[in-house]
Amino acid sequence: MNIDLSQFHQVFIDEAYEHLGTMEQLLLALDVEDPSLEDLNAIFRAAHSIKGGSGTFGFSDIASLTHALETLLDKLRKQTLAVTDEMISAFLSCCDLLSAMLEAHQDGSPVDEAQIEVVRAELLRLGDESVVLAEPPAASETTYAEIESVTAPIWLIDLHPQSDIFSGAASIDAVSEDLAALGQLSVINQQPNSHISWRLQGPEDPDVISEIFAFICQPSEVTIQPELRDDAVEEDEGFGFFVDEAELPAQQAQNEAEQGFGFFVELDELPANQAAAQEQQQGYGFFVDEASLPVASSSADAISNQPMQKSQVSLAQKNRSETPKHQAETSIRVGVEKVDQLINLVGELVITRSMLAQSASQLDSVEYESIHNGLVNLERNSRDLQEAVMSIRMLPINFVFGRFPRVVRDLTQKMHKKVRLKLVGEETELDKGLIEKLADPLTHLLRNSIDHGIETPEIRRAAGKPEEGTITLSASHQGGSILVEIVDDGAGLNREKLLEKAREKNLAISENPTDKEVWQLIFAPGFSTAKEVTDVSGRGVGMDVVQRNIAEMKGQVEIESIPGVGTTIGLRLPLTLAILDGMTLRVGKEIFILPLTRILESFQPEPEQLKTVSGKGRVVQMRGEYLPLLELYKTLNLEPEVTEPEKGILVVVETNSDKVALFVDELIAQQQVVIKSLETHYRKVDGISGATIMGDGRVALILDIDKLARMHSTDNQLQKG
Amino acid sequence: MTEETQDNPLLNQAGEYLTFTLGDEEYAIDILKVQEIRGYDAVTRIANTPDYIKGVINMRGVIVPVVDMRLKFHLGNATYDQFTVMIILNLGQRIVGMVVDSVSDVVALKLDEIRPAPDFGASFDTQYLLGLATVGERMAIVVDIEKLMTSQEMGLIDQLAGV
Repeated sequence: MNIDLSQFHQVFIDEAYEHLGTMEQLLLALDVEDPSLEDLNAIFRAAHSIKGGSGTFGFSDIASLTHALETLLDKLRKQTLAVTDEMISAFLSCCDLLSAMLEAHQDGSPVDEAQIEVVRAELLRLGDESVVLAEPPAASETTYAEIESVTAPIWLIDLHPQSDIFSGAASIDAVSEDLAALGQLSVINQQPNSHISWRLQGPEDPDVISEIFAFICQPSEVTIQPELRDDAVEEDEGFGFFVDEAELPAQQAQNEAEQGFGFFVELDELPANQAAAQEQQQGYGFFVDEASLPVASSSADAISNQPMQKSQVSLAQKNRSETPKHQAETSIRVGVEKVDQLINLVGELVITRSMLAQSASQLDSVEYESIHNGLVNLERNSRDLQEAVMSIRMLPINFVFGRFPRVVRDLTQKMHKKVRLKLVGEETELDKGLIEKLADPLTHLLRNSIDHGIETPEIRRAAGKPEEGTITLSASHQGGSILVEIVDDGAGLNREKLLEKAREKNLAISENPTDKEVWQLIFAPGFSTAKEVTDVSGRGVGMDVVQRNIAEMKGQVEIESIPGVGTTIGLRLPLTLAILDGMTLRVGKEIFILPLTRILESFQPEPEQLKTVSGKGRVVQMRGEYLPLLELYKTLNLEPEVTEPEKGILVVVETNSDKVALFVDELIAQQQVVIKSLETHYRKVDGISGATIMGDGRVALILDIDKLARMHSTDNQLQKG
Repeated sequence: MTEETQDNPLLNQAGEYLTFTLGDEEYAIDILKVQEIRGYDAVTRIANTPDYIKGVINMRGVIVPVVDMRLKFHLGNATYDQFTVMIILNLGQRIVGMVVDSVSDVVALKLDEIRPAPDFGASFDTQYLLGLATVGERMAIVVDIEKLMTSQEMGLIDQLAGV
């Protein structure tokens, strides 16, 4: 039977992403002190599923890496090994790697083979060395035999000089370079007193290697030995003795395994002059060999050698179609465009229904009772349908939050800070479009909080705070919007430093700026108060990008900060990009939509409330405040019904910087509208953020208040000029 | 705009063309670019745009801009009544509505029936013309409608520099 398996590759890859996601989540949640057996089992199952799938579909590189992962997990799950932080880190980097490998299989991008090797070596070492603590689990050793073969010999070079030879003329780099010229080199261990271990794959003859060291140290100070797959006893004649493990008798495999992790108990079997560090290398060196091989060839070999039916698997990987790289939770995968199409169709249905209702309203309600009843039902059903369809686009914010425990973990380790991330309100639902756009700004803010906000443990202790900083990431519904907050208990923003920096950069600041104004400074492009640029943050690009991204989502950024107590950055976002709660208003014959969230109040002014400033701009006085009067008909060149504000109505709206009074003919009604882009078939229009389709099928434009206010002030300036 | 039309403008010309009138002139466009023909109705004006951009309409849930070619090229009288026609063009990714005086016919034109256009004689810039064709007794100006509609001159599309 010859089925083309490539058609299932996409399914496998999607599933694998899902498993990886689950795994990462569980790993991060795992309590190292007291790991839950259930979680360990779940992690194991995820790894196992990936391994099984990858084996079946011929992704043998993935299969062999997950095999190593699974082996270690198996020991954890059987409680023959205790979980350590180191293991979690190794698991996580393994997850990353697997994810990269999946991507590679999907679009043919290259995989960092050295990285695979490093990770697998790490996994195996962790699995091996700690087995000393418990009896060796018999089941897992034989499975080593499933892994593969070697071509070029591998040498473990251990330099253990009596004195610090590299402090003089000789340089570590020069030696490494010489070694690297011989083959594939990796540094295994480097200690301060010139004690270094390398792992080199390539040369057939160890003399080549010893020649390099002849100039820098005594022959006794360097040990070169092959990385063994077999008994240590065979070490001397073992050069090039690298047979396929699958062919080894099971007993031999057992030996290897025992020796592998037995670097403490089996000391007597090793040559006495070998240093302990070397044994350790050897210990984990046993099983890493095949990892260093080019993945493609080794995996193909491995498969054909395995006594499984994998060799029948078609290795063809035709299915490299471009697919979205996002990782979804258990669900049906539907293209966003299909959902959008559905939303459009429902919108059409609603419009058609209101047209029907309009026609039917002319019919006698007694004679045509059934038609009227039907229309009422239709209305209810179509509204339900609309809501249901809209909800497809909504996803829990956990989709973005979920990645942050990992980000925080990586960053804190890098920066030697202690930070605990608390997630609140992860189940809050948000439009998919927003969720995707939220990821980058949030990552940035989080990085900032860790880098600039949270102090080092020493400083924190000195300030009487717990060493471990806390960052709370919360999401909640607030009225028609969603509030995402990043709260840290770090040092807070430094007002003086910000002002100083602003002066340095010649930014416009008022005489006596309020805190709020000072905090806004951090959004200026190129503004950074970090003393030095780290690879995490401090380059000053970022906050301005954050603000721009949030503004694009029609959201706002709010900052609160108390020195020494912490900083809160709030992102206020609309619930969805697809629907808008709007107020319909009329100017002349034109209907416009104003976002409801921006409206503060509306009123009909008395003539005496209106004042003219320098003969041009008009302001309206409202409870002691003077608001600029924005006459919509002038800004948008319309023919209004009334030109006197006291005959029309003023809507006080909040812009991103100020408040303005918008003068319109009439407010009509509040209604939810579906936002449509003007740019799909036309282009961006000043003062208009989008369009929608009204009940009668006509198009109404949605006003962009911020832009209108800017247009208004430029108009006034032009008039003055 | 496909590369073919740029490389060899003659290649795409054999086929069926929709002819329409603007004032006294008759124009022909590739019928494959035409999505539908409909009446002029319910156009929402857009502020601060040239007069020939009439606004946008709702085309079954899609917001589509409408251009009045009579205003753009100062041909004929721009009146709007129940006889006003709009040709909905489908230009690759974009849909555009175009108001004309009237739609006349669908004609099949062969390559040799389309002659190169002289430098004058039409309100259209010659770079948007594919040539002139004789349709029965009349002459039709064959227009590269996609090139015209996506040109900067029409202002229907955000030009990269302007974004």
